[in-house]
Amino acid sequence: MPITRNPRMADHAAAFAPQFDDAEQQRTAANLGIWLFLATEILFFGVLFAAYTITRVRFPDAFAAASRLTNLPLAGVNTAVLITSSFSMALAVHAARHGARRALIGWLSLTITLGIAFLCIKGVEYRFDYLEHLVPRLDFRYQGPQADQVELFFYMYFFITGVHALHVLIGVGCIATIAVMASRDDFSPAYYTPVDVTGLYWHLVDVIWLFVFPILYLVSRA
Amino acid sequence: MNSAVIDVHENIASHESYLSSGWNWRSWLLTLDHKRIGILYVVAITMLFGIGGSAAAMIRLDLLTPHSQLVSIETYNKLFTMHGVIMVWFFLIPSIPATLGNFLVPMMIGARDLAFPRLNLLSWYLFIFGGLFTIYALLAGGVDTGWTFYAPYSTSFSTSHVFAVASGIFIAGFSSILTGLNFIVTIHEMRAPGMTWFRLPLFIWSMYATSLILVLATPVLAMTLMLMGMERTFGIGVFDPGLGGDPLLFQHLFWFYSHPAVYIMIVPAMGVASEIISCFCRNPVFGYRFMAYAILAIAAFGFVVWGHHMFVSGQSAYAGTVFSLLTFLVSVPSAIKVFNWTATLYKAHITFHAPMLYALGFVGLFTIGGLTGLFLASLGLDVQLHDTYFVVAHFHYIMVGAAVMAFFGGIHFWWPKITGRMYPEGWARFCAILTFIGFNLTFFPQFILGYLGMPRRYPDYPPEFQVWNVLSSAGSSLLAFGYVLPLAYLLWSLRYGARAPANPWGATGLEWQTDSPPPSENFHTTPIVTEEAYAYHTESAHG
Repeated sequence: MPITRNPRMADHAAAFAPQFDDAEQQRTAANLGIWLFLATEILFFGVLFAAYTITRVRFPDAFAAASRLTNLPLAGVNTAVLITSSFSMALAVHAARHGARRALIGWLSLTITLGIAFLCIKGVEYRFDYLEHLVPRLDFRYQGPQADQVELFFYMYFFITGVHALHVLIGVGCIATIAVMASRDDFSPAYYTPVDVTGLYWHLVDVIWLFVFPILYLVSRA
Repeated sequence: MNSAVIDVHENIASHESYLSSGWNWRSWLLTLDHKRIGILYVVAITMLFGIGGSAAAMIRLDLLTPHSQLVSIETYNKLFTMHGVIMVWFFLIPSIPATLGNFLVPMMIGARDLAFPRLNLLSWYLFIFGGLFTIYALLAGGVDTGWTFYAPYSTSFSTSHVFAVASGIFIAGFSSILTGLNFIVTIHEMRAPGMTWFRLPLFIWSMYATSLILVLATPVLAMTLMLMGMERTFGIGVFDPGLGGDPLLFQHLFWFYSHPAVYIMIVPAMGVASEIISCFCRNPVFGYRFMAYAILAIAAFGFVVWGHHMFVSGQSAYAGTVFSLLTFLVSVPSAIKVFNWTATLYKAHITFHAPMLYALGFVGLFTIGGLTGLFLASLGLDVQLHDTYFVVAHFHYIMVGAAVMAFFGGIHFWWPKITGRMYPEGWARFCAILTFIGFNLTFFPQFILGYLGMPRRYPDYPPEFQVWNVLSSAGSSLLAFGYVLPLAYLLWSLRYGARAPANPWGATGLEWQTDSPPPSENFHTTPIVTEEAYAYHTESAHG
């Protein structure tokens, strides 16, 4: 069995796993790996976008009516929160690249805070949805034409935002792990691949929200 | 070679083989060695193959008589569902990639391991976890939806353990995704010096194409099964016509994965056959670049033909026509492959060792399976043949005949490398021929049954179909021997087989240039590649 060399060693420049020839090979491998993983995530969400599109094409009026019932102010704030978190994540990667450890920990902490804020606001929004009787199966009361299709919209709304929130939660966990590693001084300008990789994942979660937001909240609201 | 390489070699240099370096539970269940993980997969899928095969044996036994006597109709439904689920997701999809692929991908490109060894071990555990879920559902009462889980039956009506089985497949799907990801990164980043893309063995090309499908198609299945499970549990109406959902959407999404999944099963088999045929012909594979491009073309076309499963499902005539045309296009790269294997045989010094017999069987069965696929790709003919035994026979020729023949051929071919022991040649040749005969006897009658109109998934049939069903069941008993006997003599060879030299077949390829079995780090020094793949005539025709 190969003896696993601990990549966290004092001499950062030489830290790489035994299957690799050098640190550069390890870095490019990790990068290709995360891009492939992001591709799988896009296909994963692609199913939901496809299902949404097909259903909306069939019931444009019901989807427009349902979309107007969603909570635009809270979702708008949340969009701003998530975009800001992507910005702070980008600054964290920048800090890691320049070996600025304190700045790295600071930006990561801000990103985590914004991620948790997103989840909390989302929770408050779900609460308002519940009070307005918009939760299918639990408490759904809608008086109007095509009530079944409006309900179908809200099923999709909860499923899509739920799966996205799960990704945010996983992202927060990953960034927290990275922050702990950073506080143990595991990274250097020569080795900060985990920061880079986690950053890419976080940006994808953000980008997916930028598609989720208009299709759920902005239908015929202009 | 730079200093880092030398440094690593000093760290991990050990001249014992990967099999002798530690032999306890920890050294196997926590191993990061791709070769050992490959063997872990072999053990797992052999057991699952046994379960799936037993279900098939029960089905064939029940079909001996026109009226179902052995099992109830409900049990029959559960038997063919379990047979399909286990064979597709827990045997065929991982079969060649997770076992031979795991073992061979780093060795063939001259690497010490896959790019992400921990991820590789995690993939195995996910696979086992998913498998246990499925076996739980089997013991708890089974599933009766068929392996396709069509909505709305699966979402609203079936009372069987749909959710548990779907969860098992969902979990195992991540094993597929991570294995594919690992292979792609490894092939891109870890090739030895001089191993250019067009010096890669075709097995590596086939693993690359398969991995692309695994990575890009499996997430779609995962989310589709999740939607199906949520609809079953919480009533999300995406596939429910009652709320305005569309049951046909389930079929579209399901086949968007499940048609490419067929290529996950057959493309690796093509890679194995190319290695074996070239070796026992002492010829380079004819038209190497065409073979590589054909593999990629099959993988790419595979993503745009799913609608041919839905010709009679109510899809529009225009969609049907386009899908039919695209399906016919798949036959072009497939035919290129068959022609080029045949051309490799032309005027060659062929030796008929067991792996070669398996590989030739593969080519024959693949050709029959492929040509009958053209019947089903024709819009008009498909109306007659859809959901009959013709379809069952067609896809078994590809997925069982061709793919499993190649899998067994590959296991025999690389057995000396994997275990350091030779298998008994006489028995192996006997089994290769027995499998070929048994397979054709089992499934050729099903083409006739299907053409005559016997629908699939029914336990009862008119008495005039009995003779074909009896022939098929008789063939399946031969096939069972052909599959079980290798298990016996291969296990025997682990102890009593002759010691294998490093390169018993005189094959090219980096994996043959190291010890049998290989050392933990695969090569004592990083190999440097200076010639094309399959340089069997280096003294004369090499250029």
